[in-house]
Amino acid sequence: MLATSRNFEAAAQAGLANDNLQRALGLARTGFPLRRRLAVERLPEFEELRESGRSIKDHTLQHLDFYLELYESQVVASGGRVHWADTSAEACAAVLQICRSAGAKTVTKGKSMVAEEVGLNDFLEANGITPVETDLGEYIIQLRHEPPSHIIAPAIHLVKEQVADTFRSEHRSLDPDRLLVEPRQMCDEARAVLRPRFLAADVGITGANFLIAETGSSIIVTNEGNGDLTQTLPRIHIVMTSIEKLVPTFEDAATLLRLLARSATGQEFSSYTTISTGPRRAGDLDGPEQYHVVLLDNGRSAMLGTEFQDMLRCIRCSACINHCPVYAAIGGHAYGWVYPGPMGAVLTPSLIGIHQSGHLPNASTFCGRCESVCPVQIPLPKMMRHWREREYAMKLNPPIYRTGLSAWAWVARRPALYHALAEIASRALGWAGRGRGRFRALPTAAGWTRVRDMPAPEGRSFHSLWARRQKNRAAM
Amino acid sequence: MRVALLVTCLVDLFRPTVGFAAVKLLQEAGCSVDVPRHQTCCGQPAYNSGDRADAKAIALQVFDAFAGYDHVVAPSGSCAGMLRVHYPELFADDPKNLPVAQELAGRSWELVSFLVDVCGMRAVAAQWHRRITYHDACSGLRELGVKLQPRRLLASVAGVGIEELPGAEVCCGFGGTFCIKYPEISDKMVTDKAADIAATGADAVLAGDLGCLLNMAGKLYRQGRQIEARHVAEVLAGMTDEVPPIGAPR
Repeated sequence: MLATSRNFEAAAQAGLANDNLQRALGLARTGFPLRRRLAVERLPEFEELRESGRSIKDHTLQHLDFYLELYESQVVASGGRVHWADTSAEACAAVLQICRSAGAKTVTKGKSMVAEEVGLNDFLEANGITPVETDLGEYIIQLRHEPPSHIIAPAIHLVKEQVADTFRSEHRSLDPDRLLVEPRQMCDEARAVLRPRFLAADVGITGANFLIAETGSSIIVTNEGNGDLTQTLPRIHIVMTSIEKLVPTFEDAATLLRLLARSATGQEFSSYTTISTGPRRAGDLDGPEQYHVVLLDNGRSAMLGTEFQDMLRCIRCSACINHCPVYAAIGGHAYGWVYPGPMGAVLTPSLIGIHQSGHLPNASTFCGRCESVCPVQIPLPKMMRHWREREYAMKLNPPIYRTGLSAWAWVARRPALYHALAEIASRALGWAGRGRGRFRALPTAAGWTRVRDMPAPEGRSFHSLWARRQKNRAAM
Repeated sequence: MRVALLVTCLVDLFRPTVGFAAVKLLQEAGCSVDVPRHQTCCGQPAYNSGDRADAKAIALQVFDAFAGYDHVVAPSGSCAGMLRVHYPELFADDPKNLPVAQELAGRSWELVSFLVDVCGMRAVAAQWHRRITYHDACSGLRELGVKLQPRRLLASVAGVGIEELPGAEVCCGFGGTFCIKYPEISDKMVTDKAADIAATGADAVLAGDLGCLLNMAGKLYRQGRQIEARHVAEVLAGMTDEVPPIGAPR
């Protein structure tokens, strides 16, 4: 997917000015956190589970080479195939080659963020294969030619009236006077339109929430059941996923599944949890004839052993996104690539480079809410700070910002000078603001006063008042 | 107990009364209070901007200024969190200074949690006749676990009634240099916060960090709302008569 993260500021402002987006985000802002909190309160051992989740992922990452080889051998043993893809281009090529060898014309897709990452839909269409998204949210944004704005709720930026408009303009064979008001009506319409697509597809592509090394299985969770139809009806099932989804055992996956839905939607478990191990075996009633796993690296293995390794623990639950006040203000499209919010602010520079995405780790107040809800305890603010450190070391910040910071730090290392300047500033601003008590405009802090008043200082610095008090006490 | 006050750069510049309120409360709790002259700032602006070298240089200055005291106390969860949580991370790869950073971290505190958790303070003698609401500043809440301590002491202030703020744990949009770098996003966050504050019907909003208070007060004024903003220490120390609310005319 083409990154537009450099345009973060303009895109954020567009998001702030978008009334429909703001209406949609207003609902999500409190809804997701409330549901997660209630789910966590119902499970007293949730904090212990987070510890377990973290250690499972840490262990896997420390021995990733071993588990990847074990996983591949188990996939092969169950009759499937693993296609290693270093880059997005290799992943797309692998999918195309599988589709071509089967003479496939249409593919159905369950939701896969890795497929978004590699830009699979555009690539397949350019090569004469029609991909049909089957997750309701993904289907809606495919009709609208938009990228997802959230990793588990890809159409969360839309209000239902926009969805109704999209369905009316795209489902042209249906009665134009039909009622499309309630979400249920739109859901039923999408279901009816998609049903023949499921049956007609030659290939089904899903993502994976977890890959299990000991059995070579992949697991997906959905709330719509579309993943099951995608992977069991066509002749060929392709799992489009990435190397950090691996865990050693079923037991480990079960632990992480207990964390996943609670963190994501506040459900105890997603409606459908589906495990795939190889193609249809002799005697199986259904299932695909071929089972392929396209396993993407795309910069992930380069994160191992760096200050960003912990990010590979991520299980894509979206809790950090759902609790991020910056995401809640601007929505997901502003981030300009596949992964928004705090996890995107760390992952995006890791995968596409800090030159492309410097705003992302900077556009955070470090409020820490993301880290506090992360089911695998990823220190997201700390890693955003690490990106700022790299950016600073590479001199990518605006020169005026660097100069200002250096000047301030130079003064801060000279206490006598610092105190003298603080006293001057305190007196000057205190005097200038003495009538009103605040400033409506301050040329030196325009970014502040454009949107809020700047309270005036009392008029003397603490250290000067304290020194005077100590002197008076000594004189008494 | 010999306690050193880390004044914090914002209190020094904007609101010295908060510093004097902290001294008064610490003395009431039985501490002997010093204000080391050699302090300026904790270095957080440099640290959060990715400038580790300057952050370390400033931290070393803090090590010197605050050596030898039983405790270091700041009227700010953000600055206290810098000493307690971030200095050890800053020196994680520096075996010479890491033990110093860890030793300092172990005796550094946010003011109100120090009063309650270390000094055992359970009530204050102040009075203030207001319906108040309380914003939990992010660093104090999530890095240091400051949540119940200010509410406990505020409940003992004669005349104070507390209305809980919906979303009290959500960031107000200050975020240090964030509010200058991304003013529009910051504006949206503080606009939501101001609406939540107003919806409580409270006369005043309190918090333990001056950065958040300057931000919230500035927005409340810009919206023309008549809601006072004050640092919790001013109220607990009974010093509300000595200084008008943040941003109000003198």
